Amino acid sequence: MTHSEIEAITERYENRESAILSMLQDIQAKEKYLPQEALERLGEKLGIPMNKIYRIATFYRAFSLTPKGQHEVCVCIGTACHVRGAQRVVDQINLELGIRPGETTKDRNFTLETVNCLGVCAAGPVAAIDGQYFGKMSPAKVGGTLKKFRSDKKKKEGANGKA
Amino acid sequence: MIPFSIDGQPVEGREGGNILETALDAGIEIPHLCFNESVKPYGACRLCLVEVVRNGKSRMAASCTHPVQKGMEVFTRTEKVLRARKMITELILAMCPGDKLIQEMAKGMGIDEVRFKKEEKDCILCGLCARVCDEVVGANAIHFAFRGDRREMIPPFQGEATNCIACGACVVVCPVDVIRMKEEGDERTIIRWKRTLKMKSCKVCGNYFAPWFQLEKFKEKAKLPKDFYDLCYTCRS
Amino acid sequence: MARLSSPQELGKYRDEILSKRNPDQPLITVCGGTGCHASGCHAVVDAFRKVLQEKAKGNGIGLRVTGCHGFCERGPLVVIHPKMVLYQKVKPEDAPAIFQETVLNGKVLENLLYEHPATGEKIATEEKVPFYQKQRRIILGNNGNIDPTQIEDYLAVGGYRALAKALFSMKPEEIIGEVKKANLRGRGGGGFPAGLKWEQCRNAPSDIKYLVCNADEGDPGAYMDRSLLEGNPHSALEGMIIGAYAIGSHEGYIFVRHEYPLALENIGIAIQQARELGLLGRDILGSGFHFDIKISRGGGAFVAGESTALMATIEGNVGEPRAKHIHTVVSGLHDKPTNLNNVETWANVPVIINEGADWYGRIGTEGSKGTKIFSLVGKVNNTGLVEVPMGMSLREIVYDIGGGIPGGKRFKAVQTGGPSGGCIPESMIDLPVDFDRLTEVGSMMGSGGMIVMDESTCMVDVAKYFMNFLKDESCGKCTSCREGTKRMYELLADITEGRGTMDHLCLLEDLGWVTAEASLCALGGTAPNPVLSTIRYFRDEYKEHIINKQCPAKVCRQLLQYRILSDVCTSCGRCSKVCSVKAITGKQKTKKEKGEPFEIDAEKCIRCGMCFESCKFEAIEVQ
Repeated sequence: MTHSEIEAITERYENRESAILSMLQDIQAKEKYLPQEALERLGEKLGIPMNKIYRIATFYRAFSLTPKGQHEVCVCIGTACHVRGAQRVVDQINLELGIRPGETTKDRNFTLETVNCLGVCAAGPVAAIDGQYFGKMSPAKVGGTLKKFRSDKKKKEGANGKA
Repeated sequence: MIPFSIDGQPVEGREGGNILETALDAGIEIPHLCFNESVKPYGACRLCLVEVVRNGKSRMAASCTHPVQKGMEVFTRTEKVLRARKMITELILAMCPGDKLIQEMAKGMGIDEVRFKKEEKDCILCGLCARVCDEVVGANAIHFAFRGDRREMIPPFQGEATNCIACGACVVVCPVDVIRMKEEGDERTIIRWKRTLKMKSCKVCGNYFAPWFQLEKFKEKAKLPKDFYDLCYTCRS
Repeated sequence: MARLSSPQELGKYRDEILSKRNPDQPLITVCGGTGCHASGCHAVVDAFRKVLQEKAKGNGIGLRVTGCHGFCERGPLVVIHPKMVLYQKVKPEDAPAIFQETVLNGKVLENLLYEHPATGEKIATEEKVPFYQKQRRIILGNNGNIDPTQIEDYLAVGGYRALAKALFSMKPEEIIGEVKKANLRGRGGGGFPAGLKWEQCRNAPSDIKYLVCNADEGDPGAYMDRSLLEGNPHSALEGMIIGAYAIGSHEGYIFVRHEYPLALENIGIAIQQARELGLLGRDILGSGFHFDIKISRGGGAFVAGESTALMATIEGNVGEPRAKHIHTVVSGLHDKPTNLNNVETWANVPVIINEGADWYGRIGTEGSKGTKIFSLVGKVNNTGLVEVPMGMSLREIVYDIGGGIPGGKRFKAVQTGGPSGGCIPESMIDLPVDFDRLTEVGSMMGSGGMIVMDESTCMVDVAKYFMNFLKDESCGKCTSCREGTKRMYELLADITEGRGTMDHLCLLEDLGWVTAEASLCALGGTAPNPVLSTIRYFRDEYKEHIINKQCPAKVCRQLLQYRILSDVCTSCGRCSKVCSVKAITGKQKTKKEKGEPFEIDAEKCIRCGMCFESCKFEAIEVQ
């Protein structure tokens, strides 16, 4: 992120130090993670030491310090989904993609995340991929659901001429 | 001064003070790890728990963060307090089985064996290093990162603590002595924070006495003259 | 729209809105709550929009996307006014028929109606559906009637009348008196009397006082605050403005969980609209009283819902709770007196002011007045949000409203109060649900999550689930909470994986005690509840895991054995294809050959259950 982009974000909150969380959220939304340089620039701009920024950035679940994959697979592990077998869905995704929650596949295609409740309990177990909900999930449905996003990527890459 | 009692003994605490400091001043021993009077009380280790009776109600509370209040009765060795203290010590020992101080405290409380899986950590997460660094030194070099059982005390981005001035305050304040400082030739290193700084030598005796980076920071902060730190502390006095 | 500068102007404006609305005019409302969103309501809205554009341009038939109706299980939900016909599980392709038959011709489409599960009778209107019949929707009710992004809709149902009444015909002390008399207790968890809190905050000496609305609803399985903010944001807003006037505060915050984007959007719109009308900001309705609200976003931390941690977060610090020896009503946000209540509590305030404490006091039980919204979720037929008078029995909620347990399975327990709560066993199903009774049985109200569990739910696994949650969500400051929850999790993992001993149980109880007693905040103070309550009520199930190394609910993977029944197996080979560790072998049948039954290599088997799920012949047995 450039200086002016960071400045645009801090000015949105009148450079208030107390709005640091909102600013970090804006950076996260834009970059899909918190790049170190962006945090350093933010710290300089607001005069907040890095130990404080780093502490906040690692405390909240909303932030990631590593780049996320192209597709974010988010499995709800709220209590309602848990009693309906969400853990088995997570386990199955782990088997299929070889990543645990918080991790990204080597090809940067998928990031697996868990969330404590999406509030869509009626459809549980629920997974959301790139914000699209998939209700009544089961281990058996995992393969087919992920497939759509797998081929998606391949198609795109082909079109872009990438390997 | 605010009068109250600890274990039946009348004591007086200062306005705005806490139970623990009052007890320590009065010679009443309450075990503690994360308290140091040079920084604000934090209440992390929970070892300094006491029972506080006020208006007929009894509650357990950390004595370091509990303000002194007129007429309250504090008990430091009730069955409940001792039970909790022992369990907390066992939990800390399970986390940091190699820490000498914790081993001694545990022994003193009659803990023969740890009933949990032993971990290989050494930091008890009391936060004193970071609090001294922030509140006393003003360097803001390190802090807690992550939360819950993943909490750690580390420099930002887990690398070198680039704000660290290698003053060694954290080394002194660490209750379990796991932050080490090493001096070799013209270099000083705080091993835990991966920070190595070049030292300045005294114009008179030639001894290396403090890191350049630290002296520059101090000069900048206090607006001191350029040659202020040309002499070491011994030669100056 | 110009600012309203007196209660008369507000009344006039309301009349104007109402005069333009004909209650007999057909109106299509589609539930736009997140639950219906997940089941595809937006496509339904688009379909209706298209039909209306093509066939009904200019004839005044309205389309309104409303807030959550609560009956999420049956979404997308559509209600056709004026007859209030309820259609459930509506698909975009149903739109033309609904428009043609119901909207134009007044005929009811049987195939989209809710069917009574017992009698098979088709039910045409919301009020007759059993799910709604026993509810008392004084807070949630308007969710289904209004478009949350239109302040005019809220005004049309009587919105901001309570504010006008409070500002112009009540003194601050009278308002507090009314809230105290109504015995409104905080809906966010602790159930502390709101009126008392307001009074203490009002009496705290300071020029600056803050008001906070906690919408950091972190209990997994609870989403009533989100539904209110999404579906009827002005109700909480109105409550806050009344509260601010009563307390003497001019600055407020709404702290919203970042996982709730629609709630954030809708409350933002609501604040803007209220400001434009002069209902928020300077000189509200010409009364001379000013109060404004900022939105603060949470960062995804359960502990940040704790009041002091929430205030720390608003200040731009890490969400770590601090000692409350001086209450937040005296020294809270920026060390100033601060009054914090959650969304549902604030939404109750306009109702109390409008209807009066006497009316309000007639709903509920002795110690818990009014209604409570629960999210009834888990192993229950009618998942959704339900609002019932305090004191209704669990049985009525689970069976009469919730429609019982799906698949003919046996009810086992209800978990209330989120991670701080406990599990209530079947033997207590007639328990009247209110603040005090829930606490008595070792659980708590919390924010109102009600997770139903059946015989296929393992209570040890549930306890482990919550400890896993809490060890992650603890801020990590207190040794007792950080290490206590972690160690409880470890011990529970041991038990669910076959390494448990009876000593584990004693140690769990010891750890539970120290975690609760020695930790600073309510998260640690209540953390052991899920463990202690399941040990208390389901000790046999723990023993079964420990002594016989078996999980009766067949949940704990490491204790399961999958086996193929050779006499049932058709040798189709499906199981072996889905097995990711190649643990299943056999000879697949072909057109020519019969094949041989398949077998599972127990050594290789990772007990993922894929074979069990994929087998169409029930040839796989779990033990």
